[in-house]
Amino acid sequence: MSTITARPLSELAELVATGEASCREIVQAFLEQAERLEERLGAFVSLRREEALHDADEADRARARGEVRGRWHGLPIAVKDILVSPYLDTSCGSRILRGFRAPYESTVLRRVREAGMVVMGTTNMDEFAMGSSCENSALKPTANPWDLTRVPGGSSGGSAAAVAARGVPAALGSDTGGSIRQPAALCGVVGLKPTYGRVSRYGLVAFASSLDQVGTLSHTVKDAATLLGVIAGHDPRDSTSVDAPVPDYLGELNGLPSGLRVGIPREFMAEEGTDPETLERVQDAVRVLEGLGAKTVEISLPHSSYGIASYYLICTAEASSNLSRYDGVKYGFRSEAPTLDEMYKRSRSEGFGREVKRRILLGTFVLSAGYYDAYYRKAQQARTLIRRDFERAFESCDIIATPTSPAPAWPLGERVDDPLRMYLSDIFTVTVNLAGLPALSIPCGFASSGLPLGLQLIGKPLAESRLLAVGHAYQRETDWHRRVPDL
Amino acid sequence: MRISADTVLKLADLARLRLDPEEVERMQRDLEAILEYVEKLSELDTSEVPPTAHVLDITTPFRADHVADLLPVDEAVRNAPRHDDSSMIVPKVIE
Repeated sequence: MSTITARPLSELAELVATGEASCREIVQAFLEQAERLEERLGAFVSLRREEALHDADEADRARARGEVRGRWHGLPIAVKDILVSPYLDTSCGSRILRGFRAPYESTVLRRVREAGMVVMGTTNMDEFAMGSSCENSALKPTANPWDLTRVPGGSSGGSAAAVAARGVPAALGSDTGGSIRQPAALCGVVGLKPTYGRVSRYGLVAFASSLDQVGTLSHTVKDAATLLGVIAGHDPRDSTSVDAPVPDYLGELNGLPSGLRVGIPREFMAEEGTDPETLERVQDAVRVLEGLGAKTVEISLPHSSYGIASYYLICTAEASSNLSRYDGVKYGFRSEAPTLDEMYKRSRSEGFGREVKRRILLGTFVLSAGYYDAYYRKAQQARTLIRRDFERAFESCDIIATPTSPAPAWPLGERVDDPLRMYLSDIFTVTVNLAGLPALSIPCGFASSGLPLGLQLIGKPLAESRLLAVGHAYQRETDWHRRVPDL
Repeated sequence: MRISADTVLKLADLARLRLDPEEVERMQRDLEAILEYVEKLSELDTSEVPPTAHVLDITTPFRADHVADLLPVDEAVRNAPRHDDSSMIVPKVIE
């Protein structure tokens, strides 16, 4: 482990500012680490070796001229294989999009590039972000850096594994039901899912449009705060993006907010099937916050046990509609056939993997005549009840603390043939997406097996500043985020 | 809820998917298990509960109607598996 790759972005920025390292040296060090580990980890889909070094050289030259574009000008970041641009192939982990290169740039990548960051490559994911283990990627599996026989979580598993293994200091991901937070927890890194609408979805390949949100994976909450400042903001190209000013997230990391009330949902802490060690580490983390002056209050989220059911009906309905665009005509894979209809069917059947087909079929079912009211409408009503639970809970607390995942990383292959069991691993994360809230997963210790565990903090809409301030205060008291897997 | 092979085949047809017999059987089993699980939603009395349309209070924004640069046609068709300079090419649909 070089002295460079062990550092978070904020410290790399210091190295560059003081002249101790050039952007080229930093990008080179991460490229070498990423390449060294790739065969065992499978975290990256592509590495832009030449282009990234070229961009780093440009950044070094710009700095020499005194043209610094921002704190992170010339520092590397990786991108989940779901954010499009004319300079990256975007496959979404699917055979149906292999070799696709968009003619336009996603707003998030434009902002990252305008901040001067170096896009180092793309990271592996479950196909179309559908999965909790990264095993649904049509390209390859990704391993957990803490135990190569276990899953990294998903769907942003490549981003989480790459950051945890110090193959890149930070990465972008997307979170529809936990796809940033859960792999962050399973790989021992920080994952931030902002409020729905805080970050533009323009150029994010759509899975479930009412739930999808772009966010970040990093080592520290401080890095998450700076990155959110880069990617957040209103975008006329996304009609669901929120037109509200972007706070100075980094400047607002001023210790624990005084009089902070941390809500502990009684239902989550008593959830059957949650690993006892996970609960203990989360309780330890809450005690650390209490030691800083926070007050804990017991709250109730009575409808959370309906979260998974509501979520999987809504996300599959939206997915079945969104994925109808893959037809072998406009882009991606085509399987030739004599008639148009047969060409559609062959292309989609050969192009999509099993989990994607399963969700398309389920979504088609819940939207079909005769079942719409009983399933889709019912799920949207349950969603209202879940949102109201949070609104009521936030009357008596400022943030909510839960485990991120009910258990640490499980063995590769264990759940691939049991979709329902795989879905249930998202039990603590999906309600946050259903309610559109911001949430953060922070490393909060290790299981006796040596696998990392995550604490989830949930905030009110657009209250990312508070969430980040609490997370940063916690990380100043702990060093879990400094632990490095032995690879 | 029982899901028959016919139901799976009908859904597959609507979704423009073709499944082999082994896949039909597997999907029957998986959909049944998932639908049995989501059945728990029927415990909820939602007669007075409006469905969520959007999680945040937003109104549809309007924009000025002005001419802007569009994607050039050759770039727009570039990703099509079969195309010429200005069109995407598909199997013949009109006899």
